[in-house]
Formats: sequence, C-alpha cells, structure tokens
Amino acid sequence: MAEFDNFKEDLNKTFPCRQSQINLLMSLFGQRHQYTYASLFIYGHTGTGKTAVTTNILNHLKLPHVLVNCVECYSSRFLYEMILNSLHGNSVTESSDLVKCDNMNDFVRMFKQVSEEKGIDKETIYIVLDKAERLREMEMNILPAFLRLQELTQQNVCVILLSEIVWEKFRTGSGYCEPFVLHFSDYTNDQLIEIMMLDHPTEYDENFYRMYLNLVLSVFQMVCRNLKELHHLARLNFQRYAEPVKTGEATAEDTRKLWKNIEPHLKKALQTVYLREVSSSQWEKMQQSIEAGQPPALQGLSSRSHVELPYYSKFLLIAAYLASYNPAKTDKRFFAKHAGKMSKQSKLLKKHERASNHMLGPKPFALDRMMAIFYSVVEGRVAPTANIFMQISSLVSLNLLGHVASDDQIDSPKYKCLVSLDFIKSVSRTVNFEVMRYLFDFV
Amino acid sequence: MKSSRRKSKTTKETDSGETTSLQNVQDELRLRFSQNALSPALHGYEKERRQLFDLIKRTASTGESNSVLVIGPRGSGKTMTLNSIYNELIEDDNIRENLLQVKLNGLLQTDDKIALKEITRQLQLENTLGDKVFGSFAETLQFLLDALKCGSQSSKPILFILEEFDMFAHHKNQTLLYNLFDIAQSDQAPICVVGVTCRLDVIELLEKRVKSRFSHRQVYFLNNYNFENYCDICMSYLRIESKPVGSDFIKEWNKQVEKLSKDGTVRDVLQQQFNFNKDIRALHHILMYVVCHLNETHSFPTPSDFVEAMKVTMTDSKSAMLHGISILELCLIIAMKHLTDIYDGEPFNFEMVYSEYAKFAQKRSSMQMYEKAVVLKAFEHLLALELVKSTDGSGTRIQKEYRLMSLLIHPSQITDALQKYPQCPTEVKQWASTSVI
Repeated sequence: MAEFDNFKEDLNKTFPCRQSQINLLMSLFGQRHQYTYASLFIYGHTGTGKTAVTTNILNHLKLPHVLVNCVECYSSRFLYEMILNSLHGNSVTESSDLVKCDNMNDFVRMFKQVSEEKGIDKETIYIVLDKAERLREMEMNILPAFLRLQELTQQNVCVILLSEIVWEKFRTGSGYCEPFVLHFSDYTNDQLIEIMMLDHPTEYDENFYRMYLNLVLSVFQMVCRNLKELHHLARLNFQRYAEPVKTGEATAEDTRKLWKNIEPHLKKALQTVYLREVSSSQWEKMQQSIEAGQPPALQGLSSRSHVELPYYSKFLLIAAYLASYNPAKTDKRFFAKHAGKMSKQSKLLKKHERASNHMLGPKPFALDRMMAIFYSVVEGRVAPTANIFMQISSLVSLNLLGHVASDDQIDSPKYKCLVSLDFIKSVSRTVNFEVMRYLFDFV
Repeated sequence: MKSSRRKSKTTKETDSGETTSLQNVQDELRLRFSQNALSPALHGYEKERRQLFDLIKRTASTGESNSVLVIGPRGSGKTMTLNSIYNELIEDDNIRENLLQVKLNGLLQTDDKIALKEITRQLQLENTLGDKVFGSFAETLQFLLDALKCGSQSSKPILFILEEFDMFAHHKNQTLLYNLFDIAQSDQAPICVVGVTCRLDVIELLEKRVKSRFSHRQVYFLNNYNFENYCDICMSYLRIESKPVGSDFIKEWNKQVEKLSKDGTVRDVLQQQFNFNKDIRALHHILMYVVCHLNETHSFPTPSDFVEAMKVTMTDSKSAMLHGISILELCLIIAMKHLTDIYDGEPFNFEMVYSEYAKFAQKRSSMQMYEKAVVLKAFEHLLALELVKSTDGSGTRIQKEYRLMSLLIHPSQITDALQKYPQCPTEVKQWASTSVI
C-alpha cells in the first residue's frame, strides 16, 4: 500500500491542484479485477488536465487501456481498428497482421477475442475517447453502443469520454444508458500560478518569477483563463521582463520599475501574439531588434488586407458593397441626376436607425441593381461584355462576394458583399472614389 | 516491479481479514451495479414476468410460435427479466437441450445483412454452409428461411430476442422483421420473437404488412412503485446475502445497511433522487459511488457519502462551465442575455453583442475596454463551448460577425454562475441584474 501512496504523491506533484480529481478517479477504478462504471464522462475547460490526469493514472498503474482521439478517426472504421490494434499491441506501420473491422457487430466480437488472446479479459479494460464530441457526428449507433459496451461484450470494460462540451448536448433520440458524469473544475488564479511555477527558469529566483506571473495574470486574466495560452505567453515575454535585471538597470526587488517596463509590452502582446497576428517566432525576433535599437513597425496578418484587383473589379466590388449596405429605396437619391435633398422628416427618422445596416450585416441584392449602381459610379462608358460578368464570378470565387441561393440562378442571381468597411475604404481610395459619401448609414 | 507490488499488497491483505472481506464485499457490489450484473431478486413485475415466462415456455415445450413486445423506459429491468426467465427455463434439462437462443441488438446489427450473419453464427449454421461461409444476402436469407421452414412443430424451438427493437424497424423494407413475424405466423419451425424497446409508439413504426403479422401482444414495464418500495429496493441492493467467508464482517455490514435505511439524511437523498428520476440505473450510479469510496479506514458507508454522491450527480453542468470562463466572456454572455430580453428571443449577431458590450464598458464601468478582435476571440470560445449556437446552418457563407446566433443558457443559470464566480466585479453583477439600459 505504501508504494500505492507514493505513486499518488508523485501524481499530485506532477498535477498540483488536481488532488480531489485524482483521488476520485483512483477510487472509481479500484482494483484491477473489480468492476467500475460502464462509462465515465469527464468534462471541463481546455487545459484542466482531463487527458493528462486520466492517462497518467492509467499508465502508472499499468492498467490495460487504449487512448483514441476521435478527431483522428473521421470514419467509424478507423475508430474500431485503432482500438483493436492498439489493444492487440500492433504497431500501425506493420501492415501484416492488422485487425480489420468495419462494423460495430464485428468490433464487439473481435474485442472479446483480442482481450482473451492478450489474457486481459479478467481485468478492467479502459477505452479513453478524447474529444468525444466528435462521436455525435458519426453514425448514430456508435455513441450508445460505446456507453453499453460492458453489457454488449459481457466483459469488464470502462469507456471514458473526455470532452469540453456538457453532457446534455450529447443526448438525442430515445436516450442512452447514461454515463457517470464528472467535472474537472477550472483553476483559480493562485492555482494557475502554482502550476506555471512548475517550470520556472532555474537561473532566476523563484519569487522573482512568481512576481512576474502575477503581472502576466493581471493583464491577461480578464480575457483568458486558458492555462496553455497563459503559459505560452508567460514564457514568451519573460526575457523582456528580466532584461533590466540583466543589464543592471534595476534590481530584482525593484518591482515598480520592472512593472513599468513590462506593462506596455504585455498590453501589446494581448493585441498581437494572443490573436496570432504575429507568430511567436516573429515576436521573439522583434524583441531582439528592440534590444538592438528602434522598434520596427509590426506588420500583422490582418493589416495585410490590401488586395490587388483589376480596375473594373474594384468598381464592381464597390457597387456590390453599396448595394448590400444601402436600402434599395435610397438608390434614387444617391445615383439619379436630379434627386432632391433628404427631407427633414426622413433625416429625423433616420437618427433612430443610425448605422443599423452595418450592424445587421449585408443584405442580398439582385444582379441588375448592382450593375445599375456600377454604371453610375464607374467613369466612362463600359460595355457589358462577358469579361465583366467573368469578373463577378471570379469575385465570388475569391470569397469577396457571396452567392445567395435563389429560385433562378441564371436569370436573376442574387449576391451578398462579404468584405468589411475598412477593406472597401482602402479599395475605393485606390480609385479615388469616396465611398463614405454614398453610404446611407454615414451621411 | 509491478508484480512485486501486487504480491506485497496481497500479503498485506491476508494479514488482516477485515480488508479481504471488505474487498469481497466491494467486488460483489461493484459487479452488482455494473451492466453485467447477474439478475438479482426481481422487484415488482410479477404479473409481467409470469406472462412472459408462460409465453416463452409454451414455445420451448409445446412448439407454439409467438411474438411479443416488451416496452418500458430505460433502466426498468426489461433485459434483466428476460435473462432471469431464460436462466430459469434452462434449469429444465429437456428445455436446455432443445431451446436455442438468438440475441440481436439494434445497436450492433445496424442492417439486415449483418443481422443475418449474426443469426447464422448464433445458430451455428456456418458449418452447414461448408467452406463458402456466407453467400450473398439473398442466398443467406434463402438458406436460413429454408432451414427454418423445413422444420415442423417437432423441430427445435428458437427464442429470438431483439433489443432496441425500434432500430430494427428503421431497416430497409423491414425485411428481417417481416420474415421473422411471418415465420411466427405460419406453420413452420417454432420461434418466439421478443422485441425489447423503450419507445411507446413502436407499433406505429411498423409497416402494415409487418404489423398485421405481429400478434399485438405487449408487455409494459413501467416503474410503478412508490417511495417506500424504492427505499427497500435501494437497501436490498446494498445488502449482502450470507456467505461463509468473513461472515462477521458481512453481519456487521448488513447491520450498518439496516441502520442506513432508517437514517433521515439518506432518506432525504433518496427522496430527492426519487422525485428526479425513478430509474433504478440512476440509483446504481449513486450506490456505485458510495461503494467505490470505501477503504480500510472507512469501511462502512455513511450518510455523508450519500450526500456527496448526490452532489456529484446533481451538479448543473452549464453553471459549472460558466464558472471557468473569463470575465470578458461573462460580459458577452450578459450582453447576449440583454439582447434576448430586448428583442424577445430574436437571434443576434456579434456586432450587436459588441455594441452592447461597448455601451457598458465605455459608460458604466471602470474596466478596460478591449478591442474588437480580442472580443471576437472570446466570442468564438463561447461558440466552441456550444454555449451559443448559430441559428442558420454553418454552410451559409457570411462573415462571422454577422452570423445570427442564439443563446443557449437560461437566465437563472447566469445569475447562479455570477454568484459563484470568483472575484466577480460588482459592476458586472449590477449590469446583469438591470434589465435594459
């Protein structure tokens, strides 16, 4: 029993703050030959140690188990074969004696065979299905069958489902044999720091790093409580934090100075690295160049929204944008020659729904309307050649326009404009067209 | 190393008789609460059981063909009753030699082809087919039908048990059901078709020709017992029948169980569970939890174990998930709640949520206002957790800011989560409680 406790202590050291979950799981698993729940459903947020804790317990106790990620198994056949083969101990590369299985009936039969062959039919066999929410998208008999695998195989099996999604969302049809539902709770801030302290840089003092983690959390915790993300950000920015100490500008105790130094930097990281605007390696490179001298202007992913388009395509896109975001009844006012000014009453009326079109999103429009707007905004005479219509369909394939399903696809197709206001502004700037003057929301 | 550990453990266990008997008790109870449980004493259903028993026995002994549907909610003991009937029947030597049993399950045999193969396998007819193990579907069906048809009253009776019967009704043309019921109708080999299902409207799923061949005999297994019976059932599950090994411990165990059955707290827990769900299988979950938590230092179940088990099974999962999201995500959920209130349940898009959030963050709070991309990331996390669902299918091509969404959380869950949320800013709480700005 002493070794058993030792193991538990080890596990608690590797996974701090998961003590109750570890205890619970171990008591549920019990002895090797003992029965346990037919199925366990474990849910919790990303990075709460669902997979890590479960597999570590199984590995350490050397219980016969199979770990399958349901994302990899996009068809049920792969799922069956993966479970059987890894239970059998086959490596996937050796194609000679792989087990073949393509339906649930064969799976249940072969499962019995394999476990008898391996001599583990007297012990509890654990099947861990990670990302179990994917099982819902497979054939509808798979999930209920896995939940009663114990009964179907007449063997000591326990199926463990791991997911981020709550169990209620799995129920369909006439119901299942319900699993025992367990929750892995989220970490509190103190616990997050505790866990991130596990791999603190050895060359610095523990308290120094703890102080730093506190700062990181104070910037990021409002937005993100994902341990993996926070851990990544903390590692990425630590060099920058420790720099004044290294150069001798500040001492390790001078927290205020260090905070002043790092805060703007972390805030910037929130807008760039956190959103993956710049990659982590770019971010690191940038830090080095800051050390060297001037901070370079960061070219993120989204700032590169500029696209080179042909002249007419630009106008087609502008016309499409105007057609999508302006109500049809205002076309006359914007594009007809002798249109009166907006009456006072309609101006008042408009105040209520100010910018509402940009809130509700693009409206579909007919091709005729877009062409009419196109002819009135484009300079010079443009013949409606096949080329122009080709450009429209290529805008659709570039995902700048969207095709809306309508009754008549050839005679009167309908479209939607799928670009943002900033994008259309930059496009219209290149052709010297003031798009804001023509948008109903902004006049 | 592993084996040495196990060995050391076993030697230790033999040292103290207490541990071994606790182990035995745990072994037995864990098996009892698992899905493979051997049928224990049945509670209720005497009439239903007798009806089924007579029916199957008639097939087994006199060669009469029958068909019956067993209907009842999940976990009401349908399969268990059938198992116990079968076990009792084969105690008779005559029947054991004669009766063949074929068990099919709608979850495993998802189409008729697989089902036919399984039937041939279970009847051990593969040998008759020689090397050519299975021909085409039609061939196998023909062969099987011939084998069944050439039999007469005197041939061996077969008991077909079709679990998840409603799934078989979804097979193409219901060929299998048609043929089985047809054989049961006509003067061929004696078979008894027992369909087990939890759908009350299962008859409506059958085609007309299949329905007309079915005998319309139905047996209902409804959980019709009251709370007193429920408590008795619960305690009878925990009680250990006398065994020669470690009888002192078992006597003590049964005494403790007796004490538990009179305990007020335990009865409260059971009452709560009973009101929530009369299902025995749900009760097993609680009892399994209690049994799993026993160890050397804590060898008898206590009322607090029951309370804890109840707490684990009763947690509201959405509130638990809400506890783990960030403040920004919480703000978005509150904004969505307001939008649903204002527009009377109409779907909303991200832009609306963002402007609602911006109104709050700029005017009414001292919190930092985050830029749109950060907020969008938080929004997408909520989407990934399926706390928000898009109302139009994901196939429609539209920017993600404008996709229409609906909130899948009840307002009471939000209030609940806000109260439990660690260090929730007061202004967020106030914002949540004010209905409309």
